[in-house]
Amino acid sequence: MQNNVLDYLDETVKRVPEKIAFSNGSDNMTFSEVDKDSRAIGTWLHQKGIYRKPVVVFMNKHPKEVTAFFGVIRGGCFYVPIDEEMPRVRINLILENLKPEMILCDDETAKQAEAFSYKAEIVLYDKICHTEIDAKALLEIHDRGIDTDPIYVVFTSGSTGVPKGVVACHRSVLDYIEHLSEVLEFNENTVFGNQTPLYFDACLKELYPTLKFGATTYLIPKEKFMMPVKLVEFLNEFHINTICWVVSALTMISAFNTFKTVVPRYLHTIAFGSEVFPIKQFRRWREVLPQAKFTNLYGPTEGTGMCCYYKVEREFELDEAIPIGRPFANTEILLLKEDNTPAGQGETGEICIRGTSLTLGYYNNFEKTNEVYVQNPLNTAYPELIYRTGDLGKYNEYGELVFVSRKDYQIKHMGHRIELGEIEVNVNMLDGVKISGCIYDGQNGKIVLYYVGDMEEKELITLLKDKLPRYMIPNFVRRLEQMPFTANGKIDRVTLKKMHQEKTK
Amino acid sequence: MEELLEILQELHPEVNFEEEEHLIDDKILDSFDIVSIISEIADQFDVTISAEHILPENFNSAKALYALIQQLEDED
Repeated sequence: MQNNVLDYLDETVKRVPEKIAFSNGSDNMTFSEVDKDSRAIGTWLHQKGIYRKPVVVFMNKHPKEVTAFFGVIRGGCFYVPIDEEMPRVRINLILENLKPEMILCDDETAKQAEAFSYKAEIVLYDKICHTEIDAKALLEIHDRGIDTDPIYVVFTSGSTGVPKGVVACHRSVLDYIEHLSEVLEFNENTVFGNQTPLYFDACLKELYPTLKFGATTYLIPKEKFMMPVKLVEFLNEFHINTICWVVSALTMISAFNTFKTVVPRYLHTIAFGSEVFPIKQFRRWREVLPQAKFTNLYGPTEGTGMCCYYKVEREFELDEAIPIGRPFANTEILLLKEDNTPAGQGETGEICIRGTSLTLGYYNNFEKTNEVYVQNPLNTAYPELIYRTGDLGKYNEYGELVFVSRKDYQIKHMGHRIELGEIEVNVNMLDGVKISGCIYDGQNGKIVLYYVGDMEEKELITLLKDKLPRYMIPNFVRRLEQMPFTANGKIDRVTLKKMHQEKTK
Repeated sequence: MEELLEILQELHPEVNFEEEEHLIDDKILDSFDIVSIISEIADQFDVTISAEHILPENFNSAKALYALIQQLEDED
């Protein structure tokens, strides 16, 4: 039985060595090149004695970055992607959590890595990819590996201000890729157009099915997502037929009437997720691509990529939400009420995940892990973990799972998962800020920050950009004389929301 | 022009929009900003900027963007 994700590559490279595996539109790598470089990197790690350790990959989005991931796995290690979009402070928190021995860079990022306050050996991809391959050593590493060994760690927002590193293993990724491929019907003719950054688990959808089927993935340059006509032209130029994007990337195209100028000619499979798809925009897509298959995907990083799917086949009213649907095979969703008993028909409960798709937990953080990876309360006989997502859901009249709301202050903004608490913690750390309260205006998709302090709004935003990633920067910032509090001394978010509504009327 | 500068300033208080001429090329604006700017312009100027106008040359400076708004207003 397959127990290593790279067994996909080993089979495929025999079949289609010269086919393009990964490309960004200008630079391509074939399966044979991906295979060779990944083996060289794996060999280099082995010779350095780095084994079963985190290896940070800090590179520009490029076919070589993807190959670096596989190289790390070849060496029996697990990759941790970081990106120049992450602010220094955040990168440093991540490095302190991991304590990596080395950071794998390209020529450009190496200079930035030298300025990190955490010191690790900086290693260049272009140097180590020429290492002579030691096939025997790599085979030994492969054969010693087991499928519960980690292959990556990706970091997600933490409400205390410290990002949490979700650790995933071969087995959960294999389980995900097999079931996702079946539902979305990927095959060797699939041409993916990747949108999501490589430092999240969202890119699993393209990277591993590409290896499995000998398909091709185009890593679409980020700047294309600012210019909708150019983006659709890119899809057409490379005959891209399958996309798995966040909703905001899709609505950006449809909302600006791009289809009047240019229409995607080859697209037949469109998966989307992370946010609610406004039906008005969805209808525009459906109208222009009536033959295409549309699938809603749902799942937290802790459940390895996605865990539920819904094929959109019936009509939806403008005020309806597209359901989450049902879990992939080999995954179960438990809907648990506050008393830990199962929610009945029409009742709301917390969405909890049971199955192989569970990731291993948060790296170097047993406390946070134990809060949400917990014993299945419906099983008192033997140890069995479930993951509590914090999302509330219920079943509709068709028996389909629908998302209701969050239990806490986590939001989804432009496809990113954000803890409002993390924004507040970082604002409160600024000199000159006494207290801050953050809310989300879901209707307009805006993060709104209120604060009390001596600092001007302008200065606050500028300082915050050094601490938080771009997508977490508040869209509106307002200074207050006094912060409203509830009777028991908590920030009164209901009042803040009302203040914001008044302001935007 | 004042109104447009206000919209831009609200998004990026740290940028000098009267002088900056490479908002796109220098990656000062990103796709989040473009979406916000277009929706604000739609509200305040009552013009619709559609995909065919979303090009680097129209968004590189406040001046260029304002010229686009005027052009669209005239077309109405």
